[in-house]
Amino acid sequence: MVEELKAEVKNLNFYYGKNHVLKNINLPVARRKITALIGPSGCGKTTFLRCFNRMHDLYPGNRYEGEIVLYPDNLNILSPVVDPIKVRMQISMVFQKPNPFPKSIYENVVYGLKIRGVHKKNYLDEVVEKSLRGAALWDEVKDRLHKPAYDLSGGQQQRLCIARALATNPRILLFDEPTSALDPIATAKIEELMVELKKEVTILIVTHNMQQAARVSDYTAFMYLGEVIEFGKTDKIFTNPSEKLTEEYITGRFG
Amino acid sequence: MNFLSGKSFQSVKEKAIETFLFLSAASSILITTGIVFILFYESSGFFKKVSIVEFLTGTQWTPLFSEPRFGVLPLVAGTFLTTTIALLVALPVGLITAMYLSEFAPLRLREILKPVLELLAAVPTVVYGYFALLFLTPLLQKFIPDLSGFNALSPGIIMGIMIVPYVSSVSEDAMSAVPMYIKEGSYAMGATRLQTAFRVVIPAAFSGIAAAFIIGISRALGETMVVAIAAGMMPNWTINPLEPVQTFTSYIVQVSLGDVPHGTLEYSTIFAVGVVLFFITLGANILSFFLRMKFRERY
Repeated sequence: MVEELKAEVKNLNFYYGKNHVLKNINLPVARRKITALIGPSGCGKTTFLRCFNRMHDLYPGNRYEGEIVLYPDNLNILSPVVDPIKVRMQISMVFQKPNPFPKSIYENVVYGLKIRGVHKKNYLDEVVEKSLRGAALWDEVKDRLHKPAYDLSGGQQQRLCIARALATNPRILLFDEPTSALDPIATAKIEELMVELKKEVTILIVTHNMQQAARVSDYTAFMYLGEVIEFGKTDKIFTNPSEKLTEEYITGRFG
Repeated sequence: MNFLSGKSFQSVKEKAIETFLFLSAASSILITTGIVFILFYESSGFFKKVSIVEFLTGTQWTPLFSEPRFGVLPLVAGTFLTTTIALLVALPVGLITAMYLSEFAPLRLREILKPVLELLAAVPTVVYGYFALLFLTPLLQKFIPDLSGFNALSPGIIMGIMIVPYVSSVSEDAMSAVPMYIKEGSYAMGATRLQTAFRVVIPAAFSGIAAAFIIGISRALGETMVVAIAAGMMPNWTINPLEPVQTFTSYIVQVSLGDVPHGTLEYSTIFAVGVVLFFITLGANILSFFLRMKFRERY
């Protein structure tokens, strides 16, 4: 592969207690591209995604083995000496269900900056506009920035969450089935947005919607029972997969 | 025929059950109305003889003396003082406890701590009263020599400790009810547990926490035994916590237990005092209702 890499997963194993959930995963993550993780429910794709921002550290009894190396620093973010909070400050996440905070639109966007101790008003104002524009939400909310975020529609809330994630200038953006709670029009907007965003940031997306993966992603990894069965350019995975399992999943024979 | 009569029996049964449920629900309203009615009826005798202005603005409360004075302000001051001290203890301690239990404590510790804390609420208040009088007051006197044997400070603190479980239990329920996916949103931004607790969980649980505070206030206002035992039964127009005071409730106890004959002016004072207490707690409850409406959780 000739792509410049943003991250590389090396021999990753993950355990929930004694439950071996992710098995020996290897995966390159290309810089400023969209990599999609697909697979049937329970294959471990969300669990895998949540390794990238160490979300599993929030709950007791979880264990990582192996490495996720971040480039160009060459830093293994799974290393026990790396503070998960530092990791999350660089790798943002957008969740399955829109989860704005019970605050105003403005306060939602600046949340990440405020917890990093940034309080300069001019700068915050600037970031709010830039992030909301980046999330294609600015024109809809610029006159009501100080209104509660819950007044927005589901699709707008999800774009607000994307703006919130963009505000801290992350190196990688993780999307965990970001459109599964949205209608087709809101979904189309988010997909358009992701393609726009990859000019600036590396994106990993988990999706159960194969058309979505085919539409937006550059690379696709097919997962099954905690393993990556096949990885490659999205075109190839969807038109000419090498593995029989991938082909069966893509043609809808199971999953 | 059988089929039809069976059906009508069914509907009679339905009706009977419905009536029974209605009466059960209505009984609590009827009882409350009855209490309010008696309260106002009995106190009307008092207000025929004493003007409301004198009652509400007088600073001397000596209804049992040979030259009685009926200014309720000393009781207001006593109640205000003990309640404030209690809340200064109960609200912060209760909120911090709730935050710890809901956001920080490991699951197993929380399963032990929560019931133990709720056990505090099961201790009879008379025990708390003697604890204030015989343990805390002498202890405090070592540090504050001016503290009298009966005072507002010691029962106030003890009342506060007593109310902590009410505040923490209700606040903790509200904080635990904040969905995990909202908290995860905060963690995913790189927030610490403390930042998440203060900036996301508490605002999201605000209406429940406000309700917990109002419960605490109502408990402190209505608490009788602790202040009756340790605060000194002395109506005192003061805001000095080191002096003896009397609250609405402890005055009512004093008269109810004493040998004041029924039907006299002295006796009707307890209903007048009861009316004031009723309006204050009613106010607190209405306030809590509006707070809940205004800050209703929306996830």
